[in-house]
This record gives sequence, structure tokens and C-alpha cells, in this order.
Amino acid sequence: MSSKSARSEFDRELEGLHLDLIRLGGMIEEAIDNSITALVRRDKKLAQNVVDNDRRIDNLDHAIEAKCLSILLRQQPVAQDLRAVSTALKMVTDMERIGDHAADIADISLRFDGSPFIKKLEHIPLMARIASSMVKEGITAFVKSDVESSRETIRRDDEVDSLFETIKQEIIAILTQRPAVADQAVDLLMIAKYIERIGDHAVNICGWVIFFVTGEHKDKKII
Amino acid sequence: METKISVKSLNLHYGEFHALKNISIDIPENSVMALIGPSGCGKSTFLKALNRMDDLVPNVKIEGTVLLDGKNIYSPETDVTLLRKRVGMVFQRPNPFPMSIYDNIAYGPRIHGVKSHRQLDETVESSLCGAALWDEVKDRLHKNAIGLSGGQQQRLCIARALAIKPEVLLMDEPTSALDPISTMKVEELIGTLKKKYTIVIVTHNMQQAARISENTAFFLHGEIVEYGETGQLFSMPKEKKTEAYITGRFG
Repeated sequence: MSSKSARSEFDRELEGLHLDLIRLGGMIEEAIDNSITALVRRDKKLAQNVVDNDRRIDNLDHAIEAKCLSILLRQQPVAQDLRAVSTALKMVTDMERIGDHAADIADISLRFDGSPFIKKLEHIPLMARIASSMVKEGITAFVKSDVESSRETIRRDDEVDSLFETIKQEIIAILTQRPAVADQAVDLLMIAKYIERIGDHAVNICGWVIFFVTGEHKDKKII
Repeated sequence: METKISVKSLNLHYGEFHALKNISIDIPENSVMALIGPSGCGKSTFLKALNRMDDLVPNVKIEGTVLLDGKNIYSPETDVTLLRKRVGMVFQRPNPFPMSIYDNIAYGPRIHGVKSHRQLDETVESSLCGAALWDEVKDRLHKNAIGLSGGQQQRLCIARALAIKPEVLLMDEPTSALDPISTMKVEELIGTLKKKYTIVIVTHNMQQAARISENTAFFLHGEIVEYGETGQLFSMPKEKKTEAYITGRFG
């Protein structure tokens, strides 16, 4: 039994979908990294770049959705093919949101005036590094159909959550002692929250990778 | 759910050709079982073995048991005519007899000895209603059935099968010669019929199997590769060969 002969056109479409997801993955990783670099280095040009690029992310997201719907319409996939297409449909939604959050972070950087940071930025870049690598791992797990590494990545979200808690406590302390810097303090808290949400979306991506391989989502059979 | 038909170690040879290899499967009552697989895999042969239509083929050798309500249909005391009354069949191409719509339906009951006009009228009406055809033909019951459309002819054949009050309906690709609207009507009909009958259907249309059946069996080279709940088989098949076949990557 040759496994590739009968539906080579369909296989090419699925392969194309795969490549689009990898490309989108690369774009959102870059967006996260650039949004944090722009924040730390106070690089408004780079921040503007992240905001502008979000449209490209949205466009690719829509293109992937259109491809998925077209495959569902014309190929009526079943079994693993159906899971591949539905996984792609669910994953792009999370990926698009990650792109939005990176643009939100960049947007806050653009609003900062020249006044010095109220504290040394340590935890936020660390948190962003972890969240960004979770996204990267999620996409890689998808490419490799790797359930174990998806589970590992999901567990790493605890680190992101705990860093968010640390940042929150720091900011509460600053707010109590120095109410005058409330504006920047709240902005930094929002940035931390956006990064925390990026971690959550990376967890979702990994959840869909597990579904793609096993048919189970959050330990429940959904198809 | 009760088992209506229980097949155990069924082997069927056409001369030297081993067409069914050690088939064992239970078919639950009041449900639809779909048989899928490539041409020549044995699914139609298996279907015919369920009401001993294969008996008519020269050089056929059949071993194993097919229990209908617990009784082996291949035992010597089986009345084959009665068996085929209990296990009706609908074929791929609609094959109405060249006679009136009424006589097509009344044919079976008449053969089985029904003479009363009133009783025949009732059977004709209830069978045509059962096959969702009554409203379309009630004003031309005495016109020739050949004048019906393909979809109507196929529902007529289903009505004809229902007229002898079967318990099981075997359907061999009943919609493959029909247009999409007629196909949908027959599929709807199958959904209604399963409340009263046990249905076994051979289909090459994967989506049809997924739409209408509770259970699906995948045949390949005379063997059942996999069978089980239809949703499960089409979403997470256990066997690689099943996955390859249903996703169209076979051969």
C-alpha cells in the first residue's frame, strides 16, 4: 500500500498549511522578541515596526483560515486529516492573539515618555523569554507531532505565572510607596499581563497539538 | 442493544477463490451497520451471505455460522424462502418489475398467500408510506412503475421490500445510481427505518457511511480489518489500513 499516491494534491494542500503555520509561528515569535527589545532599549522605531507588522500576522491568519475552510469544503477530511485541519483552525486563533498581545506591548512602549523606568526591568524580559520559547516549542511540537514536549511546555506556564505574581507584588509595593509613578507602574503591570496571556495561548497551542496526535483535548475525547 | 445477527467464523469460497476469510461480527438490532472497502473486498458477498443469496452461485462453499436471532441460517432446517422474507434486500440499481406501482408492492404479499384486497390495499399504502413515497404516487398507483424517476424507483424497491414485513434490510449501494436529492431522501428514509428494522448497507460513499450508520465495518481482501462505532472509526481508526482507506490514501 503506497500511502501518498491517491491524494497527492490534498497532501500538497496539507503540507502548504503546515508551512503557513510554521511561517506564522516565526512571525509571532519575532513580534514578541521585538516588542520586549523595543521596551527595554526604548526603541520606538522597533516598537512601531511590531505594531505595523501585526497586520501581516492578521493577513496570514485569515489566509490560513480560508485555506482550512476550503479544505473542509472540498476535501471533507476524516481521521487524522480532519484533526490536522481543525488543529490548524484552532491554533491560528491563538497565534493571532499572541501577535495582538505583542503589538499591545509595543503600543505601550510607544506611549512611554522619556522618564526613567521605575525599576530595573529584569522579570519582564525573563518572563517574555520563557513565553516566547513556549510559543516556539509549541510550534515545533506541532511540526514533530510531539505530545511529550507539548506536555512539558504546558508545565512551563507555571514559571510564567509565578513571575507574573512576583511582578505584581513589586508593582503593588511601588504604588504604595510612590503614587506619583502610578501611570508607568500600571503600564508595566499590563505588559506583564500581556506576556502572561501569551503563555496561556502557548498552552492552548500545545493542547491542540496533543489533540492532533491523540484526538483528546484536555484529557477528553472530543471527536 | 440486542444482537440481531451474529456471524461466527464465516468462510466463503467461490471455487478456489477465498472470498470471505474467517468473518466474525455482531450486528446490533435497530441500527445501521455500514460496510465499506474497495471493490472486490468481499462486502457485497458478505451482505448476500446474510440471506443466503450466495447459495445461488455455482461452486460456492460456505463454512461457519450466521445466527439470526440466535438461529443458524445455514442449518439444514432453514426455510430459505422464509429467511429471505425476514431478511429483505435492496440492490444498487432500482429494479422495479415492469408492472404497476400497486402490483410491484403487492407482488411479495401475494406470493406469500395474501389474497384479501383490503389487506393488500393496506399493505401497499403502509409500505409506500414507510418508504416515503406514498404522497408522490398515491394518485397513480396503477400506472407502470417504470415511469417513475430513479429516486422514486429505488424507494419503490424499498417499499417492495417492506411489504413482506422483513426484520432486516440489506442494501447494496442503494444510492449509487441516484442524484443528490434522491440520495438524501433515501438516507432520511434509512434513518426512519432503523427504528423498526436492522439495516446493513454497503456503500462506497464514505460520507454516507459516516452520516447514516451507527457502526461501520471495513473490509479488505475478504477480511474485516476493523469494525466499531462509526464516529470512532472515522475519527480515530485503530488500524493503519483503515486510516489509509478512509482518508483516500489507499493504493
